Amino acid sequence: MTQADLPLASAVRDPEARITNPLRRRRAPGMVENTPVLNILTHLILLTGMIILLFPMYLVFNAATLSLQEVNAQPARLLPGDQFWNNIKEAWVTRDFGQKFLNSLIVAVGVVTGKIFIACITAFGLVFFDHRLRMPIFWAVFITLMLPLEVRIVPTYAVAANALQPFQTILDWTGISWFIQTVSGIEVALEWNMLNSYTGLIVPLVATATGTFLYRQFFLTIPDELVEAAKMDCAGPLRFLAEILVPLSRTNIAALATIMFVFSWNQYLWPLLIITDPNYGVVAVELGKLVPDTNTTGGAIPNWHIAMAGTLIVTVPPVIVVIFMQRWFVRGLINTDK
Amino acid sequence: MRRAYFKNNWIAALVVAPQLLIIFVFFYWPTSQALYWAFTFEQPWGGGNEWAGFENFRAILTDGRYWDSIKISIIYAAGATVLSMGMALILAVFADRQLRGYKYYRIGAIWPYAVAAPAVGLAFRFIFNSSAGIMSYVNAAFPGFWDPILNGDHALLMVIIAGAWKQVAYNFIFFLAGLQSIPRSLIEAGAMDGATVLRRMRDIQLPLLAPTFFFVLVINITDSFTDSFGIVDTMTGGGPARATNLMVYKIYVDGFQGLDYSGAAAQSIILMFLVIALTVIQFRYIERKVHYT
Repeated sequence: MTQADLPLASAVRDPEARITNPLRRRRAPGMVENTPVLNILTHLILLTGMIILLFPMYLVFNAATLSLQEVNAQPARLLPGDQFWNNIKEAWVTRDFGQKFLNSLIVAVGVVTGKIFIACITAFGLVFFDHRLRMPIFWAVFITLMLPLEVRIVPTYAVAANALQPFQTILDWTGISWFIQTVSGIEVALEWNMLNSYTGLIVPLVATATGTFLYRQFFLTIPDELVEAAKMDCAGPLRFLAEILVPLSRTNIAALATIMFVFSWNQYLWPLLIITDPNYGVVAVELGKLVPDTNTTGGAIPNWHIAMAGTLIVTVPPVIVVIFMQRWFVRGLINTDK
Repeated sequence: MRRAYFKNNWIAALVVAPQLLIIFVFFYWPTSQALYWAFTFEQPWGGGNEWAGFENFRAILTDGRYWDSIKISIIYAAGATVLSMGMALILAVFADRQLRGYKYYRIGAIWPYAVAAPAVGLAFRFIFNSSAGIMSYVNAAFPGFWDPILNGDHALLMVIIAGAWKQVAYNFIFFLAGLQSIPRSLIEAGAMDGATVLRRMRDIQLPLLAPTFFFVLVINITDSFTDSFGIVDTMTGGGPARATNLMVYKIYVDGFQGLDYSGAAAQSIILMFLVIALTVIQFRYIERKVHYT
């Protein structure tokens, strides 16, 4: 993944390079080709693509503006109605999306801050210190890329129920807990339940191989002279980190923050498992509960209009972030390979 | 390589400790637990567990339902990957001509990346609903033409389309970046030699995009094995009659609803090897040939 060092290396030397969008490279002027038919065809193809991508969202919006009768009318109505704010209000207040929205925001901000902080200090410890464990630690972090949450879901859930379980087991195996019990009479029973808490939603997601990698690549481009100058001025490592590296890595922070915001806002499986208390629910999971039960014909009339209003509430914040932070988002995605 | 280092290794230990602690507790420990459970008969409510050897794997691999699940996962991976990569490639190649409106086309192709999987699932569940959504028009004309609630093939097709729709944006971003990293001089040289726009696409841009293409291909396949949970859960719940029971969803169902921890762990190990194999392929053969910027 050496592609990451190229744009970032240039970012250090050339402050202007920092704010370019990797997808906004301008075509050199001078190549004038007269291809009217092909141009029309190009626009047609692109417009078709846009319609395919946008039309589903239009249908969602459309359904969110209809009343219960209209949304279930046959054949379906394709023009917006006037119930939009009522439906949003219904989802926001009655279905408690307001509280869930706040929770999602807390979790997203927590995960983004945590990931950036952890990635930054880990990479700092791996690049600016000379110790033999550098490569082993780097690989230990990097290998976690191959273990997505989905494939280790059951045991990870067990750990969340008691985050100190690994240490307890180790103490039991090595006989240390037996030793402590015989010596002091205290039974060692470590327990830290993370289910139904913000900690449980945030901490397991904070470890980041890609972020650490991105930061490491960036730190490797920092010239030795900068380190020497800092040492000469008697700046310790932490001061060097806070006053030189962090300001220099603003590009990294912006890129990482946008993609990680989208990532954490859209988390579904993890919160679905560890949260049973509605006070800690997040919007993405709440959406799953809005699925109208139409599997049985004898059930109630499906309230698609509320479900679609909820879909909009979940979708809008990350989409806004992506549209407004587009250049950081694209850079973050390309430089971390996700 | 760097020559100037800080000397204080205590600080180094302090700054790498938090990440190491988290990955130990939430990555390496659960993974080793999964291995342990896969080789024992784990009791769902704690208590003793007995060494099982490969019994759990034998039980999984002789279960017809597991093979069905693998088959469905492969169909899903192939379908969603072909659809989303095909569409993203066409859009990127034509957007790369940078005609008027390029900026808007680009945003229009990127934003779906931000939509959460359950939101995609719910939206497409509504759209493909046989009685309320847009498909009700088709069903009104041809009664019984479309019914994902009862027909497994329809349900799988619906899940594939939703998964592909979600993935187009990601692929588009990488294809466009790959196209823009092609040296400008090559395309100009082609134009000088009289190659038309389409000819240059076919003979210059697409071949040079090959490394990006393979990279995106591997990422797409890996993702379709692990990332499809949200879509399946909100669209079909694995049904009807397990017709959309992808491997990752089956682990969830067996582990949390069936409380078969050993079986779920054994499936996790198999899926993990699959993901690791794909990642290794990506790094060994592809990564080193891809260059951006």
